[in-house]
Amino acid sequence: MPYLSLTEEEKDAMLVQAGVRSFDELIKDIPASLRDPRIVLPPSLSEPEVQDLILKLGRRNTTTQDALSFLGAGSYEHFIPAAVFEIVGRQEFLTAYTPYQPEASQGTLQAIYEYQSLMTELTGLDVSNASHYDGATSLAEAALVALKHTDRPKLLVAHSVHPHYRETIRTYLAGTPYKVEEFGFDRKGNFDREEFFAKLDTGVAGVIFQTPNFFGNVEDLEGVSEKIHANGSLMILTANPLSLGLFKSPGEWGADIAAGEGQPLGIPMEFGGPYLGYFVTSRALMRRIPGRLAGLTRDADGKRAFCLTLQAREQHIRRERAGSNICSNQALCALSACVYMTLLGKKGICEIAEINWDRATYLRKKIARLKNFEVDLAQPVFNEFRVKSNKPFVKIEEKLMAQGIFPGVALDFFYPELEDQFLVCATETKSREDLDRFVEALAKC
Amino acid sequence: MDFPENLRYTKTHEWIAVEGAKARVGVTEYAQKEISDVVFVELPKQGQAVQQAKTAAVVESVKAAFDIYAPVSGKITNANKTLESNPGLINQSPYVAGWIFELELSSPAELNTLMTAAQYHEAIHQASKH
Repeated sequence: MPYLSLTEEEKDAMLVQAGVRSFDELIKDIPASLRDPRIVLPPSLSEPEVQDLILKLGRRNTTTQDALSFLGAGSYEHFIPAAVFEIVGRQEFLTAYTPYQPEASQGTLQAIYEYQSLMTELTGLDVSNASHYDGATSLAEAALVALKHTDRPKLLVAHSVHPHYRETIRTYLAGTPYKVEEFGFDRKGNFDREEFFAKLDTGVAGVIFQTPNFFGNVEDLEGVSEKIHANGSLMILTANPLSLGLFKSPGEWGADIAAGEGQPLGIPMEFGGPYLGYFVTSRALMRRIPGRLAGLTRDADGKRAFCLTLQAREQHIRRERAGSNICSNQALCALSACVYMTLLGKKGICEIAEINWDRATYLRKKIARLKNFEVDLAQPVFNEFRVKSNKPFVKIEEKLMAQGIFPGVALDFFYPELEDQFLVCATETKSREDLDRFVEALAKC
Repeated sequence: MDFPENLRYTKTHEWIAVEGAKARVGVTEYAQKEISDVVFVELPKQGQAVQQAKTAAVVESVKAAFDIYAPVSGKITNANKTLESNPGLINQSPYVAGWIFELELSSPAELNTLMTAAQYHEAIHQASKH
């Protein structure tokens, strides 16, 4: 019998099998008033009419291709080589994107293994998992690892970590005895050293920093890991992975876990997802890593083979004691990141990172000269920085958006005390002309 | 299979060697065979309180992960750190070099609930018949 039974004969055969005379008898337990609800829909449309309608709806959006966008704050516009989509879109990858029968999907496992290898190199740490859904969940998983590993009751999180990530961590820990404490930032937006050291007590399982932080500041983490480790806590760092082509890696800063958003690695901004959570740790934490992990091994004939590995540590076997019950990964986005990094190469990633820095610092210098805007030229940044406006930002935004320019992300939405301050991001996608056009438009505000 | 006379045994295949108020714990010859090649041991922390029949350590083999239960209640005084770099000792020498942790007994009377070597031998003999 076919899976979709359409003929009366097939329906009758099924009713006989079910031991009822009619379909009505089969559903007699459902109250009659619920059986035939009136569904009010407009008259049906033909295919060309549907296409026309959807296109019209779509045109009401303004994409970053239609406008000149300086938006960032966790989601970044980058050039993605067409080859990334071509490779990721191959049916061998696209239709079998997650290996439910892992060892039968050698190609997928190899892609994951290569993604993991690249992430360990980029972050300067030892072991990467196959990825998580996004930066926020990945960082929350890192928080769980620290709590479980140290058997301590609280997390210490920099207030300059992306607000969405902090919110996700709180959601993860809601209903548990674990607590989250925060330490603030100074006038420049860098983490407050004094407050951090004061709050680092023996109850702290792990400390979470972001660099570049939510304000785009590249944090100076000199001496931080030593203090954290002397306290018996873990250091968790979330970093824009592309910035690592130019700045110190989490491994170099002495972090135990690097966890964050992989979207800048060849994944479009879309509507805020699907994105990619990367998760990489030191060797000492290998058995605490949540989620899937692909490994390289030899098969029965001694030939190279890929497998899912270190599974005993996880939910398949020790479900009630596992640190996490995450069992899937973001395979296609991880593949995008893998292909993107491979196409760029080590040198390419460093070059892209430099171009980002170059664009942002050029723009910052130009804005510094404007009468109504203030920036901190001495603050090290990557591709994003904070601007203070002397005029209401909503007015500026309105004016610029009318000219097809997205000036940036308002900060008081996240930090009410930062009124009329906004984040401006300039990646390699912005030409000198684009930057000058933006500055000119700002000058007229 | 070797089950030393001077030890006490649990149904979950741990052994315990008692000396006064202190004791040393490991897994039996039978257990190490069942577990197969041990690749990792998660040791308890010094000072940690453990309860009889509750998890105190985890032994991971190429096959699966196994909880190791405390034969009696007490406080952990020591753990066999050499297992961190050489977990295979549990297979090679389950009663000597492959010991897992030491504890200070809080309720010595619990020892009476454990099996002698002869009883344990009988228990696994019975179990293997099923």
